[in-house]
Amino acid sequence: MNGSATGESRAGAQWMMAAAGLLFCTLSRISLRNFGNLPWITAGVALVLVLAGLSLFARGNDRADGMASPVLFGLLMLWLWEMLVVGLHVPFVILPPPSAIALAIGHHLPMLWADFVQTVLHAVLAGYAMGCGSGFLLALAIDRSPFLQRGLTPLGNLISALPIIGIAPIMVMWFGFGWQSKAAVVVLMTVFPMLVNTRAGLASTDAMERDLMQTYAAGYWQTLRHLRLPVAMPMIFNALKLNATLALIGAVVAEFFGTPTRGMGFRISTEAARMNLDIVWATIVVAAVTGCAAFVLIAAIERVVTFWHPSIRGARRS
Amino acid sequence: MDASNPLAGAAVVAENLSIRFGTGDAATLALSDIDLTIGQGDFVSLIGPSGCGKTTLLRAIADLVQPSSGLLRVNGMTPEAARLARAYGYVFQAPALLPWRSVARNVTLPLEIAGMGRAERQAEAERNLALVGLADFARKFPWQLSGGMQQRVSIARALSFKPSLLLMDEPFGALDEITRDGLNLHLHELWASSGLTGVFVTHSIPEAVFLSTHIVVMSLRPGRVVEVIESALPRLRRLEDRETPEFLALSHRVRAALYDGHGHG
Repeated sequence: MNGSATGESRAGAQWMMAAAGLLFCTLSRISLRNFGNLPWITAGVALVLVLAGLSLFARGNDRADGMASPVLFGLLMLWLWEMLVVGLHVPFVILPPPSAIALAIGHHLPMLWADFVQTVLHAVLAGYAMGCGSGFLLALAIDRSPFLQRGLTPLGNLISALPIIGIAPIMVMWFGFGWQSKAAVVVLMTVFPMLVNTRAGLASTDAMERDLMQTYAAGYWQTLRHLRLPVAMPMIFNALKLNATLALIGAVVAEFFGTPTRGMGFRISTEAARMNLDIVWATIVVAAVTGCAAFVLIAAIERVVTFWHPSIRGARRS
Repeated sequence: MDASNPLAGAAVVAENLSIRFGTGDAATLALSDIDLTIGQGDFVSLIGPSGCGKTTLLRAIADLVQPSSGLLRVNGMTPEAARLARAYGYVFQAPALLPWRSVARNVTLPLEIAGMGRAERQAEAERNLALVGLADFARKFPWQLSGGMQQRVSIARALSFKPSLLLMDEPFGALDEITRDGLNLHLHELWASSGLTGVFVTHSIPEAVFLSTHIVVMSLRPGRVVEVIESALPRLRRLEDRETPEFLALSHRVRAALYDGHGHG
């Protein structure tokens, strides 16, 4: 009863949003006296009608309804973007329409794939694995040794404060033009968040749980394995999610400072200089999709590993 | 006295035991000159007002707190040796179950740490869960159980090492009275049928009188033993026995000792 009421009001809001968008765009078209793109308006009307119908149809199904709203909203935004850019004659170098970006993706698929392999599959993956791994191991070492704690904590703070713009050219000097220097930048960007989160997670056991392990006469490593690491997992996954975004940014920016003739950062900087903004935007789309996919993947693994955590088991039950 | 005294066979011996927290002027005396002997097979309740050090005494027996002076022996060993020998089971105020482990795997955890093989520890967990009446819940997770059931799991877990000594720190304090009655009866039957020695910290006079062979009444600031009352009730008890004149007389005596100790504090 309650659910269907909110479902109805949500569907109503979607209808209103769609209608407002249509009205606005149609008016802007008419005022510009540009009737040449009538098929676009028709396509937009059809799109909104189909999606609104779908969202009404899926109202009974929570999952489908949850998906319909963002999809409808996203498509509407793309369509608005297209209409405004074409209708208002926005210059191509300022903002290309989505259709041009889609065409650029289609035309340059092999090139975009080579860039993706260079930047994501080499630099980001290697740097992410090494950065997260060494952040985790450093956290364990610091946990084990007060001496390291005093020595490494200020050093970690220093590394985290280094500007990536300054570090990237130095890493290129040290590790060459290949993906290895970009991986090194990614390592420097990701090691500290993982170190800090792992330490905070390891410290988040409560006194009773530690007493419990003490009554079992459990040693350091047994306490770590059976109590402290599981307790730390939600914090570790926070760092993994945060670092996925940081790694991508780090690798792309690092490529601005010298790279072989491929890579997403290289592509953005050279094609922007040649005014091929559709290719720049196509690369940005690839980066955005990659970032989202990585986030979704890590979140899915997190749900499996920390299924017991109140934030996840609550969602699972309902 | 030296360690070769005739009480060496007792479960717990404390002589002139004092525990101080902090140092210098800020130091507080939590326990002062405790003399106490707990015999094998006894069920001893420590009762007293909040802050009288009853939990501190239990934690000292478990080697979770270090004595400042005096002597403390557990099964004839130092508390540390007893802990390392896994000579006792400890039940905390809260169940303290690990939410990522199933009920059965929570119960096997101490045995896994002790290095017991998988099949053996699973059989042991099944046996201990059956003892607390939760054999059918082995595959559930702790957060799928009620508070009373969770505390029963933690008792089953404390029995894992087959200890001769079971230390309990207000284990039923957070539960409603009906659940608490049921668990008291269950614990009593478990103790009566097993030959365990029990040390039980509580605020509740009826609970202490129902469960105990000896009731240690403690007073506040500093924590002292006011009186050790030996129960004349039969060894085996039923919940209905709480209405008998003997039970009420004993309750009255415990209450009088508590107020007595409070007056001196």
